[in-house]
Amino acid sequence: MSLDTSTSGFGWRAVQVFTVLVYIFMFAPIVVVIVLSFNASQFGGFPMTGFSLHWYAKLMQNESVLRAFQTSLWVAVVTSVVCSVLGILAALALVRYEFPGKEWVNTILIAPALVPETVLGVGLLLLIRFAHQPRTLWLLVLGHIMLALPYVVLVVQARLIGVKRVYEEAARSLGANRFQTFREITLPLIMPAIVASVLLVFTISFDNITASMFWRPSGVETMPTEILSMLKISISPEINALGTLMIVVTVGLPLLGGGLARYLARSAR
Amino acid sequence: MNASILSAADRRRPWLLLAPSLITLFVLMILPIGIMTIFSFYEFVTAGVEKEVFTTQNWRDFLTDPFYHMFLWKTIRVSAITAILCALLGYPAAYCIAMTTYRHKWVLLLLLIVPFWISFTIRTFSWIHILGEQGAINVTLLKLGLISEPLPMLYTEGAVIMGMIHFLLPYMILNVYVAIEGIDRNLISAARTLGCTAGQAFYEVVLPLSLPGLMAGLLLCFVLAAGSYVTPQILGSTRDALFGNIIFDTIMGELNWPMGSTLSLVLLILLGAVAAVYSRYMGLSRVFKGLGG
Repeated sequence: MSLDTSTSGFGWRAVQVFTVLVYIFMFAPIVVVIVLSFNASQFGGFPMTGFSLHWYAKLMQNESVLRAFQTSLWVAVVTSVVCSVLGILAALALVRYEFPGKEWVNTILIAPALVPETVLGVGLLLLIRFAHQPRTLWLLVLGHIMLALPYVVLVVQARLIGVKRVYEEAARSLGANRFQTFREITLPLIMPAIVASVLLVFTISFDNITASMFWRPSGVETMPTEILSMLKISISPEINALGTLMIVVTVGLPLLGGGLARYLARSAR
Repeated sequence: MNASILSAADRRRPWLLLAPSLITLFVLMILPIGIMTIFSFYEFVTAGVEKEVFTTQNWRDFLTDPFYHMFLWKTIRVSAITAILCALLGYPAAYCIAMTTYRHKWVLLLLLIVPFWISFTIRTFSWIHILGEQGAINVTLLKLGLISEPLPMLYTEGAVIMGMIHFLLPYMILNVYVAIEGIDRNLISAARTLGCTAGQAFYEVVLPLSLPGLMAGLLLCFVLAAGSYVTPQILGSTRDALFGNIIFDTIMGELNWPMGSTLSLVLLILLGAVAAVYSRYMGLSRVFKGLGG
């Protein structure tokens, strides 16, 4: 016991203090946005001149923000449903079957996470230019599906590896067909991973800006591109209020989802 | 041997499950990169118009124009600085989280995930409130009377690097954390019993064994930094543009599709080469693990 001095002494103290500073570095700017969103001042920065909910009220009347919110919401919902289905099927194949060329398939499925988004953005635009198709919202959906697919595959794969095959084999030997086995045994067991990946895809889509700047139809703004174009005009306090609302939604949803997943995991056991 | 007793239907099944994803990625990712290659040999006529003839003009332009070299070099430099600073900041933090005996360690881990949920755009522009003329640092220093003029920190290369570190640090910490967490603690105890000081045990055992995680973190940070163009747009001036900004301007601004395709391929080849060198020595599986974490 006394031998383990890796977590004591001056060096360890210094590491602890440093780590606290790193966490402050990560969260201080975000806290500042939240605090400034309640600033009564008509400018977006410091100093604080008083507490006010004025900017939230103003935000609720901002037509283009509301429209961008609806667009992003629609794209994110469609993306997360389709992408999760695709990803679950692919993960099943990768974990439950042996086949030639598996390494290659794996690499292709993960590739969209490693290829620079700028390149993917340009590529998809070239494709529809090549095919003489107009830029519609579906392009945004398709693009987001591609961007988020690796994450679904990785998350569901990790969970599937932990689900023992014997349960499925037992169901099969008791006369269930493949589909019944999947529905009654596999699906409930990987439900936490599915909930997690649906939420992950939702956040990835809702938050995407780099590639969306290429793909969005002209005149259509998603939530992040709307913020970017607001920033170009001025750093208004409205942006802080909008940022705060988005933080509440995107942090609150996964936390809720995580709780839900834990609850499902418990009841599935 | 097992394969021989599998029926044709059994062998087809995984491909049926994979088909939707593979077709999607083929049409949306692989095919477009092919089209990109073709476009890079087309002739640019005027904004939005290109002639479908074979020319190497775009590639020659890229190879001879110092404008492109300057931005490519700057992108490599800025990304390398970002990745190294992420490692310097992230390693001690990851070590601390892995080694701590703190009871609520999960809170520390959860806090590492939370930034991924917060909009990238918001995290980036939040630095305007820290570094800007009306930002926390300048307002505080002015009030204390330490400076009489606000320091010009925003819209500089430093601000761009700061924003990228802020967004990439969680990737680095998670990668290193997973590596350190996987080290058998008995090895550290053994080193200590055999007479190593705490410092020696770290340099001889923990550091070498966590190196693959550190390298994976460096690769991810470098690749993601080099591909970004929104951070310079929000936190930098026009002088601080990166290669991604040049691509965006060439395509969305000048509507020069052939040159835009060429530059995109350059970025893809550059980052692909970096990843290939990495995977030659480390294997890519660790990066997948880091992404999944």
